[in-house]
Amino acid sequence: MAAIRIKNLAYTWPGASEPTLQIPELTVARGESVFLRGASGSGKSTLLSLLSGILPAPAETVAILDEDLSSMSVRKRDRFRAQHIGIVFQQFNLIPFLSVAANLRLAARFAHQADAETEQRTQKLIGALQLHPDLLERKAEQLSVGQQQRVAIARAFINHPELILADEPTSALDADSRDHFVRLLLSVREATGCAVVFASHDDSLAKFFDTRTALADINLANPKTGPGETSKTGETSHV
Amino acid sequence: MFEVALSSLWSRRGSVMLTLISLTISMAIVIGVEHVRAQAENSFVRTVSSVDLLVGARTSQINLLLYSVFRIGSPTNNIRWQSFEDIAERQEVAWAIPFSLGDSHRGYRVLGTNTDYFDHFRYGDAESLRIAEGEAFDHPLEAVLGSEVAATLGYTLDVEIELAHGIGNTSFVNHDHLPFTVSGILAPTGTPVDRTIHVTLEGIEAIHLGWQNGVQVAALSPDADDPRLAQLQPEQITAVLLGLENPMAVFSLQRAINNYPGEPLSAILPAVALGELWQIIGSLENLLRVISILVLAASLLGLSTMLLSSLRERRRELALYRAIGAHPVFILCLIELEAITVTVVAAVLGYLMVAVGFALTQDWLSESFALVIEVWPSTPGIWLYLAGAMLASLVLTLIPASIAYKRSLGSALQSAA
Repeated sequence: MAAIRIKNLAYTWPGASEPTLQIPELTVARGESVFLRGASGSGKSTLLSLLSGILPAPAETVAILDEDLSSMSVRKRDRFRAQHIGIVFQQFNLIPFLSVAANLRLAARFAHQADAETEQRTQKLIGALQLHPDLLERKAEQLSVGQQQRVAIARAFINHPELILADEPTSALDADSRDHFVRLLLSVREATGCAVVFASHDDSLAKFFDTRTALADINLANPKTGPGETSKTGETSHV
Repeated sequence: MFEVALSSLWSRRGSVMLTLISLTISMAIVIGVEHVRAQAENSFVRTVSSVDLLVGARTSQINLLLYSVFRIGSPTNNIRWQSFEDIAERQEVAWAIPFSLGDSHRGYRVLGTNTDYFDHFRYGDAESLRIAEGEAFDHPLEAVLGSEVAATLGYTLDVEIELAHGIGNTSFVNHDHLPFTVSGILAPTGTPVDRTIHVTLEGIEAIHLGWQNGVQVAALSPDADDPRLAQLQPEQITAVLLGLENPMAVFSLQRAINNYPGEPLSAILPAVALGELWQIIGSLENLLRVISILVLAASLLGLSTMLLSSLRERRRELALYRAIGAHPVFILCLIELEAITVTVVAAVLGYLMVAVGFALTQDWLSESFALVIEVWPSTPGIWLYLAGAMLASLVLTLIPASIAYKRSLGSALQSAA
């Protein structure tokens, strides 16, 4: 049983001549927390897009919770993501014009969760993340960055996911709140036993995790790319 | 999802409001034009009914129709009383109503006729005139008012009114020595009858007695008790409405009247003349309709443009929906829902705008243009237009919506930048 199993994954952006990713093997066990070190531009976001199923991976290269995402239809993959994977970004985790509660509800609806259950889980998560219950009715854009990131954790956990993908979730935070954020994230995970892949360039956070991996070590594409360096990849070409 | 669409629109309320205003105005134009058109056509075809032939001095049929039935413009010529009697006596004729026009009272036309008018005149679906208050005239100096005349001028039964020579709003020559007493007020009909003052033919003759070369000679003028009044015979009238015993005879009678040896006359079929007149107005109305539809199309394109240009600022928002498990169809539907919300709100506001506009101008329109417009538009055509606008909005919004759809299918999670 593995949360993530990658075998012989190669991904080339449409129109690019060189592959962005070429990963012979990567396995994350269920309940394992992994620190994935990688500079911006090292193919981190592409990898997370493939793992979350937003980008279609080549057949039989990526299995999430022992299911081959590439064999699913787009609709099924979206449903799978809603129900099994929670995602936290560096910023813009919430729909700014919706209230915090509405943001959480929206995520739950995509996973076809009953509203009553969502309500209960929301209360529990808000408490665990040390957020004031009054924030629920505030619009997301009125929250501080630190509060937004904590709500993002709540949003990621709202549907009982088995896997959390975090893409530089702390880089918009100051040093103190960084540690605090990671501790909160891992403490919430503790109770649910789900796997976490935490992608960051900030080595100081690595100590909190079970396993540490550098993307540069497992990715055979772009051998020149090392920590702290940026390279031209297809990562920005799609926006 | 509706909550998301509403909040999303509200978060961009600046540009949304402008688009909404432009769309509301074009909706109001489309609804207003269609409403006025339908109302005009309706009151137009309802004006006269069950009249087989309309006879006047030789002129075009539209002219005759306009001045005799719609009371617009002036009669070119009169016809002799003798001619009226000759026609009325023919065996094909069931009834004949004489019309004498040319005087007015405070801007309202005066129609000299006899009591046959109240018995035989029909409008709408062959509805007859109903006297709401009082009774038809039986003295030469009595008058029966149309409903609007009574309401607007505040006249009640037994009020005395003076007629003016000519048909303008202000006249320098008043027949003020012989006032008419209001004997009856008609129920509303929604036709020019409402704006007409009906008097006897004898009364019309009486007020013109003692006039020579357009100047009143006091010594010759009668007063109300003058015994001459009862014996007055009209010398000239303006038009005649005919009903036939057998409608099949209409063409042979028309030919006979057109060849009347006494003087040149025209006999026309009101339905045919109405059709010809409506065709002239119809081409103008089509032009208006095309313009209003183009204005609406421009506004709908504006809506589509607004949504398209918002996609750039919403890039991350749309990517986020995907990240939390939304299918690209959700994004397509979200943008369509936003468009249809704006369109529906604009349609409702435009409709209210038209209703309020006509509620405020109703009196003025009916006084100045003889247009009787209902406040609430309810022609089927309007619902058809609104449905068409919804459909067009959905189709035009497919442009930004499908771009967003495609983008969200092919993009990665948001980049860390």
